[in-house]
Amino acid sequence: MEFLIIILSGVLFATAIYNLLQKQLLRIIIGTILLSHGAHLIILTMGKLKTGQPPVLTEGISQYTDPLPQALILTSIVISFGITGLLLVLAYRTTEENNTDNMEQLRGKSNE
Amino acid sequence: MSNLAVLPIVLPLIAAIILIFFNSNVKISRLLTKVFSLAGLAVAGYVFLHVMENGTITLQTGSWVAPYGIILVVDALSAVLILTTNIVSVACAFYAAHAGLGEKEKFYFYPFFFFLITGVTGAFITGDLFNLFVFFEVLLMASYALIVLGGDKVQLRESIKYLLINLFSSMLFVTAIAFIYGVVGTINMAQISERVGEVEQQGILTTIAFLLFFVFATKAALFPLYYWLPNSYIVPNPVISALFGALLTKVGVYSITRVFTLIFTHRLELTHEFFIWIAGLSMIFGVIGALSTNNIKLIVAYNIIPAIGYMIMGIGIFNQEALSGSIYYLVQDMIVKAALFLLVGVIAYVAGTSDLRKMGGLIHHYPVLGWLLFISAFVLAGIPPFSGFIGKLLLLEGAFQGGDIVIAIIALITSLLILYSVIKIFIRGFWGDKDTIKNLEKKSTKGMIGPIVFLLSFTVILGIGAEFFYPISDSIAEYLLDPEIYIDSVLKE
Repeated sequence: MEFLIIILSGVLFATAIYNLLQKQLLRIIIGTILLSHGAHLIILTMGKLKTGQPPVLTEGISQYTDPLPQALILTSIVISFGITGLLLVLAYRTTEENNTDNMEQLRGKSNE
Repeated sequence: MSNLAVLPIVLPLIAAIILIFFNSNVKISRLLTKVFSLAGLAVAGYVFLHVMENGTITLQTGSWVAPYGIILVVDALSAVLILTTNIVSVACAFYAAHAGLGEKEKFYFYPFFFFLITGVTGAFITGDLFNLFVFFEVLLMASYALIVLGGDKVQLRESIKYLLINLFSSMLFVTAIAFIYGVVGTINMAQISERVGEVEQQGILTTIAFLLFFVFATKAALFPLYYWLPNSYIVPNPVISALFGALLTKVGVYSITRVFTLIFTHRLELTHEFFIWIAGLSMIFGVIGALSTNNIKLIVAYNIIPAIGYMIMGIGIFNQEALSGSIYYLVQDMIVKAALFLLVGVIAYVAGTSDLRKMGGLIHHYPVLGWLLFISAFVLAGIPPFSGFIGKLLLLEGAFQGGDIVIAIIALITSLLILYSVIKIFIRGFWGDKDTIKNLEKKSTKGMIGPIVFLLSFTVILGIGAEFFYPISDSIAEYLLDPEIYIDSVLKE
């Protein structure tokens, strides 16, 4: 099972990096979102995907899944959610001000 | 008294929250900022003295025993860096009122300022790898907001790039933490160190070490990952640039120091040899950047990169002299970079341009400014009476002892070129005919000179009082070379 998830997150990383290297701003943002998905899946997998009950204390159950990675992912999700929100607004404003969403045209020096 | 460890984080956090409510009242905001930053300095000073006298403070948050909860650790290195951070924050707080921020002051400049300080001090104090990531994000989020505050065309353009590169490296940081957790099963730094030591950093652990180095090198702007830094650091207001230049990259350096003196110390021939090369290349390329431009702000921004190179060189050489030099250099460089960014901000303000080709003869109008710049150029290059000299001397001593002659020669040549790049501002901007700049208006620099003098006085103290400060950096270096002390102070039972 871990094997499959590792491949999946590998594919996510590859698509993310492909998208990050594109010219259009929105594609880059999609790339960052895919990147964070890949990273979160990695955390989950690294805690081992052993079968067990959800980490909620219930009587009569002795096997639980590892709760720590889940807490880490939850923290990481809200952080990347916040940054993605900021990034979307920033991209919107940048496009409005500079009249372009092409990263090639957003290079330094030329319009200084 | 172990709650003392949390004060340097909580105080700026409370300040930031209170200041959110006073955003529209600039006068109260300014007053509160000054009061809180001075209080922060007092607290940091007290913590520093406490650590020097009684040794490391460890705080188990929520009374959870060591590896299970989040541990805050203030050892001598953290205490020194917190003190320096607060010195910089005081200078910037007093400068901010005169920095010409205009409307930005009403749009939550001061809360973001304190959130940045919270993130930086938090990163210095924490003893938990994931918590370090969270504090990184706290300071980065504040820096995203500060860099784009005002919303000029250029600012928007550069902040997109700044945000993207940092988001990318943050996600890699998360992945690296996941790998470490997968291998050793813990995220507490002391326990990771213990477990990595047990298997003597075999196999995958060195790969993870390089991944972590890549992450921190992006934050610290080392070769070849520095390309995002120069342009993005010059677009915001000078006071924001000063905060960035003094604090942000140094958190990356601190993280490298911590991780590679505490955790990954068993394969020196792979990791630390590599650092020496990276450090050399950072020095060369950084200084070439500084020489290549006529924009005074860019010159200072590029000068961050060779300075980071010096610090990493000390960690790469990894003997007591070099580490001690690294720490001495780190502390003085935080102060000097803040002073230089503020100075360059004032020069660009009075001259009405940041292009050297359009400047000249400023010494006739602003003599104090000129001599302050002259002093800071000497500090940066490492000329004896000032603090830059001792750090570099120790680093070179360490390099010769460790047999790394090539890096020592590169470091010496780089120093010379750094001196040239900064003294160029002095020669081209301040010398020359009185009327080089046509229609130069006499602008008041009231309130701007004070903070710069305050910062530069520390470099003089650190230089002349080296007898007094050197034992501190020496003992920190000795402490860093022996990770057992850190592990014992955290996992004592």
